[in-house]
Amino acid sequence: MAMKIGSNEFNERVGQGIDDAFMRGAVSGAQDSMGVRRSNAAEELGNWEDWRSHGEEIRQHVLEHLDYYLEQLSKNVAELGGHVFFAETKEEANEYIRGIAQKKQAKKIVKAKSMVTEEIGLNAVLEEEGCKVIETDLGEYILQVDDHDPPSHIVVPALHKNKEQIRDVFKEKLGYKKTSKPEELALHAREMLREEYMTADIGITGCNFAVAESGSISLVTNEGNADLVTALPKTQITVMGMERIVPTFEEMEVLVSLLTRSAVGQKLTSYISVLTGPREAQDADGPEEFHLVIVDNGRSDILGGEFQSILQCIRCAACINVCPVYRHIGGHSYGSIYSGPIGAVLSPLLGGYDEYKELPYASTLCGACTEVCPVKIPLHDLLHKHREVIVEKEGKAPISEKLLMKSFGIGAASPMLYKFGTKFAPTALNPYTNGESISKGPGPMKAWTDIREFPAPNKERFRDWFKNRKKEENAHGRDDSESR
Amino acid sequence: MKVSLFVTCLGDLFQSDVGKATVEVLERLGCDIDFPESQVCCGQPAYNSGYVKESKEAMKRMMKAFDHSEYVVCPSGSCAYMFHEYQHIFKSDPVWEPKAKKLAEKTYELTEFIVDVLKVDDVGAKFEGNVTYHTSCHMTRLLGVKSAPMTLLSNVEGLKYTELPGKEQCCGFGGTFSVKMGPISEQMVDEKVQHVEETEAEYLIGADSGCLMNIGGRINRKGKPIKVLHIAEVLNSR
Ligand code: SF4
Repeated sequence: MAMKIGSNEFNERVGQGIDDAFMRGAVSGAQDSMGVRRSNAAEELGNWEDWRSHGEEIRQHVLEHLDYYLEQLSKNVAELGGHVFFAETKEEANEYIRGIAQKKQAKKIVKAKSMVTEEIGLNAVLEEEGCKVIETDLGEYILQVDDHDPPSHIVVPALHKNKEQIRDVFKEKLGYKKTSKPEELALHAREMLREEYMTADIGITGCNFAVAESGSISLVTNEGNADLVTALPKTQITVMGMERIVPTFEEMEVLVSLLTRSAVGQKLTSYISVLTGPREAQDADGPEEFHLVIVDNGRSDILGGEFQSILQCIRCAACINVCPVYRHIGGHSYGSIYSGPIGAVLSPLLGGYDEYKELPYASTLCGACTEVCPVKIPLHDLLHKHREVIVEKEGKAPISEKLLMKSFGIGAASPMLYKFGTKFAPTALNPYTNGESISKGPGPMKAWTDIREFPAPNKERFRDWFKNRKKEENAHGRDDSESR
Repeated sequence: MKVSLFVTCLGDLFQSDVGKATVEVLERLGCDIDFPESQVCCGQPAYNSGYVKESKEAMKRMMKAFDHSEYVVCPSGSCAYMFHEYQHIFKSDPVWEPKAKKLAEKTYELTEFIVDVLKVDDVGAKFEGNVTYHTSCHMTRLLGVKSAPMTLLSNVEGLKYTELPGKEQCCGFGGTFSVKMGPISEQMVDEKVQHVEETEAEYLIGADSGCLMNIGGRINRKGKPIKVLHIAEVLNSR
């Protein structure tokens, strides 16, 4: 599985999402509770807006000086005895990691949650190589057990499943016999996983933030699984998107604070694992060999362009958790592992407009995402920018729409035409009107009236009313003065 | 005070009662209203769909139409917001950016104008009934007008207000979204209608014509006994 998920068309996926009552119950419930937790956690910090601005500054600064920090990071990792590989494409990243697996004759690989490895489709490559790949994040584990069901959320990958469904998956695939209580489910997964950590040849993780100054990588989790993935196997590979970097621990602290509050409404997550190079003589545990794979995969193309701010993203999913569109269609409808507003902006950039041209339109531009984004990415503006590019640069809009908009341009821009057009609207729409509204509209109106009534045009436009009233007033004014 | 009314295309054509109520309320508060005849549509439908070139012509028209106005008042948050957006759309345009800035500075949404400019919290309206209020996204999040409508409604005699559950959630209008993404829009507006029903209000009030047309259209289609009113109409009732 790579970034793209499923092979259905957008409309079909949306239809399936809308019809999936279980998923929608799970998603809206999660949105409601996470929404409250997030805003409480933000409020508790006191000056949330200042924190956001600070977060934005840090991320913008890093993007402006990305070359510098990448070099510093690479140098420091190498000095610590780690290996750094810069992969321009997903293929390069996968080949490099496949090479390590071959050299180590790896049979078993444990993984902590990582979106970028999903993006490049790493698991499939390693499985092809004959490795058993085990996801250790509970959500990812559930999906893996369920025949590789794709993630529907960047923080809570199995958000689309409720606990009863998870119980059923465990029952069927793992012979689980207990209840659907989350604690019991988690315990079972943990028991299944414990053995795997001990015998894994390689541990693979993503990276929340790499610290350039020290050559460290950090992982923010609630389960502590990343600690085990980085501590036990002899070889460790960390895969990171090239923008996931901070200058020093000081900036990391700010961003982690924004991340945990925005993602799960917590002051801090239970675990923040920091790994600085491979194990040294005095260390009790840690990998003997450490590889850092820095993935570009289209990010350089975004850098310096009008979509650069999307690279500020710290993958907190706050935008997803407030998105009213995501609420009703779920993550899989986006056809990408990156869903919701962040996905609708990022997926067309990384995967192309041919694949993802509908996503920028799957938004009312309500701005809920922009309002919560902890690093102030103007998400709804970027969605709009995509539309502009699709229409004006790519020329990918449907012809009927183009014609409609052209005539809009002409009609709306000319007061004469506008006045003329609106004056005759009641007559033109008369055949469709019953009483005060239109139930079955013609042409482009049909899509509206399939769902709701359309108001019948007023017999007298506002502008005519206003003009007549002024006339009357003037006439009265004269009458009054004459009678005096 | 001289006030130019930007009535919006929906207001001109489909909801002339909203325009009329706006005129009457403002006149009662001592404003002298004019209606620049050459106003057209603010360009938002085309702009939001990505047709920036096409929409810019309409925007230029509007800047010309309101060039001489002292204040521009609009009974629709989203359209008032659009006037504020022009300055960003024409950024670095030597001729139009300054005009766009000028327009933004003098443009107000109706309730914002009454509370912040006229400094009136109570317009002396009377309205008997149980109501709830939909806070439109563009008006609250983008234009930043949150408290003015509530201030005015809280001073309407006889009005009983119940807060709408999930009040900040979008109603699913989104201009062309409502037709381009019909099935999603339907789910969104259905949840909104359900929330309105939960309040047991007889009236749903809003300050944005687009949202009201969407929610109202769905309410009517479903045959629900809830009436939809623009806030101007409530403020104009005595
Ligand atoms: S775009 Fe902003 S809100 Fe969305 S995931 Fe990224 S950082 Fe979080």
